[in-house]
Amino acid sequence: MTDHQPPHIGLASLDQLWFQVAGTLCNLTCHHCFISCSPHNDSFGSLSLEMVKQRLRESLPLGIKEYYFTGGEPFLNPDMTAILVETLRYGPATVLTNGTIWKDDWLEQLAHAEQASEYSLEFRVSIDGFSPQTNDPIRGRGTFDRALKGIMRLVDTGFLPIITAARTWPDRQEREVLEAFRTMLQDAGYRRPRLKILPTLKIGAEQQRSGGYMPLDRVTTAMLEGYDRSQLVCHHSRTITDRGVHVCPILIDAPDSLLSQSLADSAVPFRLSHGACYTCYQYGAICTNPSAGPAPQIGPPSPSQSPP
Amino acid sequence: MRQRIACLGGIYSNYLALERALADIRHRGADQIVCLGDLGAFGPHPDRVFPLLAEYQVTCLQGNYDDSIGNELNDCQCGYTDPRDNHFAQISYDYTLANTAATHRRFLQRLPAQLRLTLGPLRVLFCHGSPRRVNEFLWQSTTSTAFLERLASEHQADVLAATHTGVKWHRRLDKHRHFVNVGCLGRPENDGHQHVWYTMLEWRQGQLQVDFVPLQYDFRRLAREMREERLPEEFVETILTGWWTTCLEILPSKERRRGPH
Repeated sequence: MTDHQPPHIGLASLDQLWFQVAGTLCNLTCHHCFISCSPHNDSFGSLSLEMVKQRLRESLPLGIKEYYFTGGEPFLNPDMTAILVETLRYGPATVLTNGTIWKDDWLEQLAHAEQASEYSLEFRVSIDGFSPQTNDPIRGRGTFDRALKGIMRLVDTGFLPIITAARTWPDRQEREVLEAFRTMLQDAGYRRPRLKILPTLKIGAEQQRSGGYMPLDRVTTAMLEGYDRSQLVCHHSRTITDRGVHVCPILIDAPDSLLSQSLADSAVPFRLSHGACYTCYQYGAICTNPSAGPAPQIGPPSPSQSPP
Repeated sequence: MRQRIACLGGIYSNYLALERALADIRHRGADQIVCLGDLGAFGPHPDRVFPLLAEYQVTCLQGNYDDSIGNELNDCQCGYTDPRDNHFAQISYDYTLANTAATHRRFLQRLPAQLRLTLGPLRVLFCHGSPRRVNEFLWQSTTSTAFLERLASEHQADVLAATHTGVKWHRRLDKHRHFVNVGCLGRPENDGHQHVWYTMLEWRQGQLQVDFVPLQYDFRRLAREMREERLPEEFVETILTGWWTTCLEILPSKERRRGPH
């Protein structure tokens, strides 16, 4: 293989299973959405409770470590609360939401379910600026106030949401922006905010905003030499949509991302030919929660021996 | 045939707790003592744990901290992204590296990542983070049972024993298999108590018994020595209050809610 051909990467260990649970339906139309979700985008459909149950049962013998739910806006799925309650019987669950549409009784029901489970239910709430002036131009007018209200409802219910922001500011401002986020959340009453910062992915709506990837923004075989492949999402994850099993939650719009209908058959090598693969390569572990820590590495364990 | 194995999680330079634990284990009796790694970090005078480990013939594994100190890497490989967590982690790491003698660094460098022992008829695999990665976090609330059963099968073990998170827990798996996080000896486990823990695995009455043993030690003296060494007051607060104050980013929500920070 020459350096100009994209390398393939295999599924080393299926640890994280993602569900595109609301398809591409969202009540917001964020300018940086990498799959262009909106109130009118029905290119992917929602997953019903029955569909998720069937996939959870299918996943059991594969030994999935954690389950993640994304969209679109997951809570537009009328089964969402029941889906999370069911998932907590199988393992830890994380839901990625914009925090603008849930109802108090849903949260109370989920708080009870998490309390009864051995597993965590994590909420990741997207908010892309520490003020209406920095957030609303990206996520829509009024979304900062609505999301902040949603975050505080979670906090008041006893959850500790992970506030997720896409890095739409220059790297040199990182420190001040993070501090501004913390101060804003603490002032609002979230005493110990948790933050996760994501890189932007220059596909979908974000492609229009930032101009997309350049032809050389690609992973090459040489770049993978000595690289910890476990930093790549496709190394240890798969994503369920209403069409089947995809390689990762980022590339579902790409035709080659659909790998199979069954989870067992999805353990096939994937060609890292997309610009988004380059971002994943650059930043690493972009989709998982901080508590997951570094992802697993490929290779045999060190041999056992006694110390001197 | 081994009947009892005493397990020590991260020691984090807490030689005072280690001294008490080893005396307690000798009193109770154990066929073997295993330390699952992270001998240094956080506490004062990292060199003081080594003579104790040698005296009691403790079998040591290499944690991520030991790998870093032994190989003089730049950081502890905990993988924090929060700037505050990284700030405190680096203070701890720089102090530990600067105060670990070369002979001890070589000892850490050569430690194995894993150990297999039998306990009664059980095949026990000891590791630091997980059997597949030294710095993988296996938290109780974010690790499914199905995943642990897969690990046990892939690594041909009846019992998997790990540490790294600093919080003890035990889960029964299928086919009479077990996962045990042995907790850590070096600092309290974010429960508002000053005592620390070690773990006794015992083959008794035809099954595995997992006993988490609380251990009182002279935490005030440890706090005093940490201050004398100019270690951060945030670390001292953890020793005195039993609540974690730093490196909280990696806690899942369930574990984090147990503490006030």
